[in-house]
Amino acid sequence: MMDEQQLKFIEEKAKKLRQHIVKMVGAAGSGHPGGSLSAADILSYLFFKEMKVDPENPRWSERDRFVLSKGHAAPVLYAALAEKGFFPVEDLSSLRKINSHLQGHPDMKKTPGVEMSTGSLGTGFSATIGMALAAKLDKKDYRIFVMLGDGEVQEGQVWEAAMAASHYKLDNLIAVLDYNGLQIDGNINDVLSPEPLNEKWRAFGWEVIEIDGHNLEEIHMAFTKANEIKDKPVMIIAKTIKGKGVSFMENEAGWHGTAPKPEEVEKALLELQ
Amino acid sequence: MEKMATRDAYGKALVELGKINKDVVVLDADLSGSTKTAGFAKEFPERFFNMGIAEQNLMGTAAGFAASGKIPFASTFAIFACGRAYDQIRNTIGYPKLNVKIAASHAGLTVGEDGGSHQMLEDISLMRTIPGMTVIVPADGVETKQAIFAASEHQGPVYIRLGRPSIPIIFDDRYKFEIGKASLLKEGKDVAIIATGIMVAEALEAAKELEAQGIEAAVLNISTIKPLDKEAIIQIAQKTGAVVTAEEHNIIGGLGSAVAEVLVENYPVPMERIGVQDTFGESGKPDELLEKYGLKAKNIIGACQKVLNRK
Ligand SMILES: Cc1ncc(C[n+]2csc(CCOP(=O)(O)OP(=O)(O)O)c2C)c(N)n1
Ligand SMILES: [Mg+2]
Repeated sequence: MMDEQQLKFIEEKAKKLRQHIVKMVGAAGSGHPGGSLSAADILSYLFFKEMKVDPENPRWSERDRFVLSKGHAAPVLYAALAEKGFFPVEDLSSLRKINSHLQGHPDMKKTPGVEMSTGSLGTGFSATIGMALAAKLDKKDYRIFVMLGDGEVQEGQVWEAAMAASHYKLDNLIAVLDYNGLQIDGNINDVLSPEPLNEKWRAFGWEVIEIDGHNLEEIHMAFTKANEIKDKPVMIIAKTIKGKGVSFMENEAGWHGTAPKPEEVEKALLELQ
Repeated sequence: MEKMATRDAYGKALVELGKINKDVVVLDADLSGSTKTAGFAKEFPERFFNMGIAEQNLMGTAAGFAASGKIPFASTFAIFACGRAYDQIRNTIGYPKLNVKIAASHAGLTVGEDGGSHQMLEDISLMRTIPGMTVIVPADGVETKQAIFAASEHQGPVYIRLGRPSIPIIFDDRYKFEIGKASLLKEGKDVAIIATGIMVAEALEAAKELEAQGIEAAVLNISTIKPLDKEAIIQIAQKTGAVVTAEEHNIIGGLGSAVAEVLVENYPVPMERIGVQDTFGESGKPDELLEKYGLKAKNIIGACQKVLNRK
């Protein structure tokens, strides 16, 4: 159990992240709110409780790494990095604009705190295999966290990486699957079912933990347990709601990659107070 | 001026094609709303296959359809078609010369805000080096529709490059597209602008402004990058003695390179190339990016003036 104060703090930060997401995507006029909102609680937990990072020294060698393999959810990552202090919160309103350091998809050459350039689905996950292997080689104890989408796992590359992670016993790699049930063309099971997910990851040699991805206690328990697992990688399958927190966006595939209009931003922000 | 995105023209053409040709099947990779295959999916659900976010399998499956006598159109964004699935296109479609039509949308800088990870600037280069691959870059909606029909009648693999934004309609109904044939859009004796895709409209605008400066620029539209209409290129070089190419693509390996290959072996003339200068793109509005990366009519004009000085 987390103490009450800590829980409140992470909850407040998650709310902040959601406000930033809606505002910045609205200001950009394009972008991906749905899959950003579904991931907000997990990113809040990672950045404000779980991970060792130093915003003053983004390339600190001992830091934990987070890779957003579902790179289109960049807004939630940028919100977390800004709230954590990697760059000013004001920068968020420059999202997707020309000459901004906040690209439509994460760019490690432009944004402090971004560990890997992603956007082409499946690619970020493989990169975390290399990071985890490098940490082992250097006998470092930092950990690698990676978030995947439940549509993203349709990519063959994901399963190549999954096989490598268990083969090399990467217990310093903790993956989270944002299990929101939707991709662009609709419900994952109508487009191309990746199910059964739990059994697939287990068969690939991973420890699987299933949780409610909006329940901070469950998130806390999942990461606590994941840290104790030895000799294999851990996949946390986090059941989430795409668009979580904004009623008119929740469970609507149409909000995957559509920006809210100014009046919709207003409406959303009222709900996120 | 009437405008239309080439991807929209593709979506409409597919539905018409599906009505008259029952062998046509369409495959997509979770982007049917954006690539505009959704119209076909609605009309002919039994001949539409969403392969999920799995572009390698998309191309491999299309190859299997072709090997079974179907005419598959496989669509996704150009970055994922030619990037993620290059090996499948090269070895499973190109090598066995299978009758797959790869219609890739969102090519080039004009993807806009999604940024450099999504702006495919190397596809013409990658596709035209595959033996037997036909490469088509339509300049507007009218040409796109005809190119889709022509591709369906052509035996062998075809790559069709489509864009995201609305662009001016250049051709009227009298235009007749033919694979491998360039079209001369404007006569001129001083310099030849050879353009492809969205740069054709910019080339026409440039030629008009050059006219006011007393420079007569010819405009040649190369919509089939491969097989290239060598004769048309040599002829126009002979007539004008100076060439400028323009493309929304990396300066390496695309139209400019292809034209240079032809000229250097047959009729070398001074030449300038407009394109993205061997760099990646970034987020921004399509028009801002064309401006920043030097792909506007004014850049073509500058290149024309430069090449005229070298004549
Ligand atoms: C290789 C690749 N193919 C296609 C896309 C286009 N694309 C962006 S997001 C997306 C859907 C992702 O769905 P999911 O992984 O479930 O993400 P979430 O629901 O969490 O937003 C697709 C197909 C891409 N970015 N990369
Ligand atoms: Mg999803």
